[in-house]
Amino acid sequence: MSTQRKAVALISGGLDSMLAAKVIMEQGIHVEGINFFTGFCVEGHTHAIRKRDRARPKRNNALWVAEQLGIKLHIIDVIEEYKQVVLNPRHGYGQNLNPCLDCKGFMVARAYEWIREHGFDFIITGEVMGQRPMSQRRDTLPVIQKESGAGDLLLRPLCAKHLPPTLPEREGWVDRDKLLDFSGRSRKPQMALAAKYGFEDYAQPAGGCCFLTDAAYSAKLADLWRARGRRDYDLDDIMLLKVGRHIRPAPHFKLIVGREEGENNFLEGYRKRFPHLRCVSHPGPLVLVDGEPGAADLELAARIAARYSQGRTAPAVTLELNLPGGESRELTVAPLPPAEIPEDWHV
Amino acid sequence: MSRHTLDARRILCPLPVIRTQDRVAELAPGDVLEVRATDPGALNDIPAWCRINGHRVLEARQADGEVIVVIQVGETDG
Repeated sequence: MSTQRKAVALISGGLDSMLAAKVIMEQGIHVEGINFFTGFCVEGHTHAIRKRDRARPKRNNALWVAEQLGIKLHIIDVIEEYKQVVLNPRHGYGQNLNPCLDCKGFMVARAYEWIREHGFDFIITGEVMGQRPMSQRRDTLPVIQKESGAGDLLLRPLCAKHLPPTLPEREGWVDRDKLLDFSGRSRKPQMALAAKYGFEDYAQPAGGCCFLTDAAYSAKLADLWRARGRRDYDLDDIMLLKVGRHIRPAPHFKLIVGREEGENNFLEGYRKRFPHLRCVSHPGPLVLVDGEPGAADLELAARIAARYSQGRTAPAVTLELNLPGGESRELTVAPLPPAEIPEDWHV
Repeated sequence: MSRHTLDARRILCPLPVIRTQDRVAELAPGDVLEVRATDPGALNDIPAWCRINGHRVLEARQADGEVIVVIQVGETDG
């Protein structure tokens, strides 16, 4: 009797990894999913924060994919370890602060560690040669195998026929003839395969599943590093970059202005850690002040906060300024006219 | 069988799911875990995680701005 072979599939929540897992399950392999939470995942957070997004059906796509496939999913918190990937990527960044090649190498290395701990035989990813991002080029696919340590225990079912046979193929655990030869940016082969398997309603995230591929988000992260004079972050930093309007009038402080009720509620959770402003004479946003603001800076912050309140055209707006430690006072200011908020203050 | 609680408030998905997963791994089959979260996504995500990993959802509801999910740990190897 042959041994039941076991594979772990990197499940992002997108279509490719879903198909890759299915192709291998069809060959009688026991497959379980693994999903890494880096803190930069688009999945979930903004849906949870912004009120306008709350009307949309909410689901975690990785869990949804696992449920469609009927496999277990292990979600691993890698926030701390992932910092070295973001801060010091050996292969550099893509168009924004996306370290895609190092990221994939990191995830495969973690999956390799996981299969050794859990007695699994090999790793599956949904990579397709020639598809974006840069980690899926012909010359970068072997780099991931090598640097992750997984070597030929890493099988890419969707483009395996373009690659040398891996151990699972050579050993006959999987039939290479039933693997695929997808390449390039066309999504048609994936869509046809999804239709064959009866998969509908799968996620097609525009711009990928990582905030680091987003130009606006990357600009905010770069601004944070510049302002602090060091490249570092914690989870709260990267969460706050996903929320609100960020306005930096000077290198030593910036404002985070809630844009709607959901964001204001989210920012409420941080109010004890930051000086913050709240309009009392008019409805208005909650505004956090990050950095080292002096008294004049807080007055300017109040004028900017007033500009985003419903009293923006009033001669004066009263706000409550709260400082960490409990001190609180009222400020009455003239809202700063939009023309006096230079474009380059918007991060 | 014993009853446990997990505070997963003020964190956003998927962290409530990860905290639930890590806590369930420490419990015995039959144990009951009550999870409280503030991210409304947890109302769908924690039950979905339970379904795919073989745990039983005894209750999943929203009350006073919180999500409460009560789980009975299944016979599973994780």
